[in-house]
Amino acid sequence: MAELDLKAIGVRGVNSTLHSLPEGANEQDWVINNPMGKHAIACGLDAPLEVIINGHAGFYCGGMNQQASITIRGHAGVGVAENMMSGQVWVTGSASDSAGATAHGGLLVIEGNAAARCGISMKGIDIVVGGSVGHMSAFMAQSGHLVVCGDAGDALGDSLYEAVLFLAGKVSSLGADCIEKEMRPEHLAKLTALLEATGIDRDPASFRRYGSARKLYNFDIDNVGAY
Amino acid sequence: MCGIVGLYLKDVELQPSLGVLFAPMLIEMTDRGPDSAGFAIYRDPVDGDQTKFTLASDDLNIDWRALNAEMERALDCVVGINLWGDHAVLVTDAQATATQVWLGKNRPDLRIVGSGRSIEIFKQTGLPKDVVAAFALTRAHGSHAIGHTRMATESAVTTAGSHPFATGLDLCLVHNGSLSNHNHLRRELERDGIVFQTDNDTEVAAGFMTAKLRQGKSFLEALQAGLVELDGFYTFCVGTADGFAVVRDPIACKHAVLAETEGWVAMATEYRAIAHLPGADRAEIWEPEPHKIYTWGSVH
Repeated sequence: MAELDLKAIGVRGVNSTLHSLPEGANEQDWVINNPMGKHAIACGLDAPLEVIINGHAGFYCGGMNQQASITIRGHAGVGVAENMMSGQVWVTGSASDSAGATAHGGLLVIEGNAAARCGISMKGIDIVVGGSVGHMSAFMAQSGHLVVCGDAGDALGDSLYEAVLFLAGKVSSLGADCIEKEMRPEHLAKLTALLEATGIDRDPASFRRYGSARKLYNFDIDNVGAY
Repeated sequence: MCGIVGLYLKDVELQPSLGVLFAPMLIEMTDRGPDSAGFAIYRDPVDGDQTKFTLASDDLNIDWRALNAEMERALDCVVGINLWGDHAVLVTDAQATATQVWLGKNRPDLRIVGSGRSIEIFKQTGLPKDVVAAFALTRAHGSHAIGHTRMATESAVTTAGSHPFATGLDLCLVHNGSLSNHNHLRRELERDGIVFQTDNDTEVAAGFMTAKLRQGKSFLEALQAGLVELDGFYTFCVGTADGFAVVRDPIACKHAVLAETEGWVAMATEYRAIAHLPGADRAEIWEPEPHKIYTWGSVH
């Protein structure tokens, strides 16, 4: 386990150390101390590293991640794991808005709450939130899964494409073209697997599934006046 | 883009260190607002029959002592004065409204930056670190403070256009965002007798609060009315006599984070402004919800 002191070497020092590791380097486990809420910590990693950020992180932590497994011990600022491609980002506290925005793959776990716009424009990431999510979550979400163990704010899944949303609690309101859908066995299997992967002890049967009614993103001649 | 910060010390033993704790919050937000900075400190509440005024002058050679004597003669009162850079903090036992009227009539060269029993407001163009130094913030004690670093978008970079903006006795606000209906509201408020010093959109929000309070609305009612009538993007932090309030617009695209420990409550545009506070690593941290009023200290 190697340690990096962000206060001493700065964000650039931390990130360039992690970026410059040769393939197959012995040192795969890293702890970043004194993150001090700085932005862009552990961004752009592309190696199977285990990285622990020992404290609260600023904006865009773990952004563009590939392969690495990043744990934030604390709160994550705006845009945690934005545009992640693969790997995992785990937040033990809560997250500010736009968590997992535009991300193509990998797993994002937020043990606490996620603020507004969680999973906005997600493109294949799986996101599991132990608490609640704010308004406009999964806005224009294209693919992947968003699991919310608590409640969802206004306009959940507005202008949704093919992402799948699982919600255990209440939703303030559904966004345009987002509807509740039947929970079929394949959805239950995926949800069960995600809950197991995150160690969250919730009965999958207590969740409801939401998805796209597919009336908004398909051109419909009857709606031409509305376009 | 701007940075706003607030710190409320629940633990009275921390109060001698307010400035030491608060100054780095303001300086950390320099990237978000290098044009001007300002802050309100709440300290040394005056007696019930006294009022504290913070005044500012663009004339560096102003004779504050002469003003002191002039006011004592004209208003038959006792005035104490403390100088901080180009600001002066006056304590007077003259009636607050009478003092305001007298200053407006006889000393239009002076700006009343703030007034109340404990509030003192300091603001200036320039980098936050220079503003901190100009007003000796690191030596300040007090119960709470709010501050602002400005990247100007809606109006000119001037000291008058810097935040915080006073709104009523012991009340002031700082703002991150921009209001879209401020011209319309300004015209309406001017009809109701509110006087504006600048073209700044935040001054309109402050004037709006002032107008509501003058109509007899409570502080919370004034904030609630603001949520309905102020159109635009905003995170506001409002300093009150013994605490502060935080409000975000319904879209909530202007960042804000709150942190609380047993010793203090802090708000900031970004958590990095809070990270240095004692015990911040163990603080409860969350993002304030949109369209919801958060308050600390007693408000009514």
